[in-house]
Amino acid sequence: MQVIVTVIGTDKVGIIAKVTTKLAALNVNILDVSQTIMQGAFTMMLLAKLPADGDFGAIKADLQDLGADIGVDVKIARQEIFDAMHKL
Amino acid sequence: MESNQIKETIQMIAEENLDIRTVTMGISLLDCITGDTTTTAQRVYDKIVAKAKNLVPVANAISSEFGIPIVNKRISVTPVAMLAGADAKPDFLPIAKAMDDAAKAVEVDLIGGFSATVQNGCTPADLALIDQIPAALAATDRVCSSVNIGASRSGLNMDAVKLMGECVKRIADIDPKLAMKLVVFCNAVEDNPFMAGAFWGVSEGDVAINTGVSGPGVVQRAIADQPDADFEVICETIKKTAFKVSRMGQFVGKVAADRLGVPFNIVDLSLAPTPAQGDSVAEILETMGLSHVGTPGTTAALALLNDAVKKGGVMAAERVGGLSGAFIPVSEDANMIKAAEAGHITLEKLEAMTAVCSVGLDMIAVPGDTPATTISGMIADEAAIGMINNKTTAVRVIPVPGKKVGDAIEFGGLFGSAPIMAVNTGDASVFINRGGHIPAPIHSFKN
Repeated sequence: MQVIVTVIGTDKVGIIAKVTTKLAALNVNILDVSQTIMQGAFTMMLLAKLPADGDFGAIKADLQDLGADIGVDVKIARQEIFDAMHKL
Repeated sequence: MESNQIKETIQMIAEENLDIRTVTMGISLLDCITGDTTTTAQRVYDKIVAKAKNLVPVANAISSEFGIPIVNKRISVTPVAMLAGADAKPDFLPIAKAMDDAAKAVEVDLIGGFSATVQNGCTPADLALIDQIPAALAATDRVCSSVNIGASRSGLNMDAVKLMGECVKRIADIDPKLAMKLVVFCNAVEDNPFMAGAFWGVSEGDVAINTGVSGPGVVQRAIADQPDADFEVICETIKKTAFKVSRMGQFVGKVAADRLGVPFNIVDLSLAPTPAQGDSVAEILETMGLSHVGTPGTTAALALLNDAVKKGGVMAAERVGGLSGAFIPVSEDANMIKAAEAGHITLEKLEAMTAVCSVGLDMIAVPGDTPATTISGMIADEAAIGMINNKTTAVRVIPVPGKKVGDAIEFGGLFGSAPIMAVNTGDASVFINRGGHIPAPIHSFKN
């Protein structure tokens, strides 16, 4: 299952490190990354692949907990929804 | 990976209130008819629970996995007036209770279909059902009711119009909040997923999924970004936005139907407001350049909005159905409530607006002393607009006992609050009491 992970919040040291470390620990493979600072807001998007036996709900909860710890908003959604809205 | 598109989708959901307003499972109850109401009611309960037991878990899982809120999970069923035709003395209360119990068992928000379609005439079962609507709504929590009293090909059943005016009054006398669970239609559609008017028509299949999308906030923001645009640009902007919103309905409906193992039926391309800030259809019209909804120009603005939403949405979905248009309920739309409180919008202007959008005089609170014949007159006027213009129209008015113009009623939640609006104090009783049928209109010489 391919997912899009978005991380948005106030920029600070170590956001990428903490998020990617957590993804590695969850055995989630990162396929593509885009990161920028927009008007002071840290904005990162990751295209990633969950392990075949991955539990979406558990991974989502883990990432949201991590976001709360660092003080950023972490969202995860299956990639098909973005294709559905934007691709003909 | 297109970062801008991902960001746009996330912003629509997180900041602009884009959501799937409803995933509604249509369930045919024709195979539950037994000739004995008690047995029929048991079969109704069993069938609804069997078919819909996974609806809410599946919708919740989709919502979590794809990050899109699904606000309501609902069920529509065959108009239940058709289930008791063989009974000598039809009693619909056990069926209403069975619907309510089943809705609670599968944890859906609402169940629609305590309904009758009487545009050509009433059977004894239809009359019994209409008579029992007040008791059924009072005895249940999640059951919604609708009655179709007219159609472009049938004309208007004025005997039923008279009965429905009285029915609305009887409901309001029990509790005015119950009146929001009854819709009186002309040209009712068989696949509408929105409440209170949803029922599952007899021409539909056994079970299917329908979705209704919502995104007034998304459309409003897109227009607000173009303050100097001409109407061509405004219409294009609405079409593109409606396309994206409707794709969500198509996608979610398809995934839900696949997981439930039932066919996917239709996407309803409606813009449905809620009382939340930034989720208002009236605000879209105001953003186009009207100081407040109700100003001259409002009907034109609504017409272009409604048409552009359909043009954008039709290409986004495999099959479009339901009511498909902009809803203009008063109590469920923050800017509509404001305009009504300030006296900027009147019942007469709302009636004109219903000629160019879906659906009709919706969620409008009126003084408690409004006579039943006046409510029947409002129903007849709306139905006439629908009949002549080949569109669905409906009336959901709420007479509030003891309240007068300037007072308000609070419905709570998605249903909002409504100021009591002024009703013309003229007398329609002689007209309504004539009885009989207004014949179907001529379908040529359109002017």
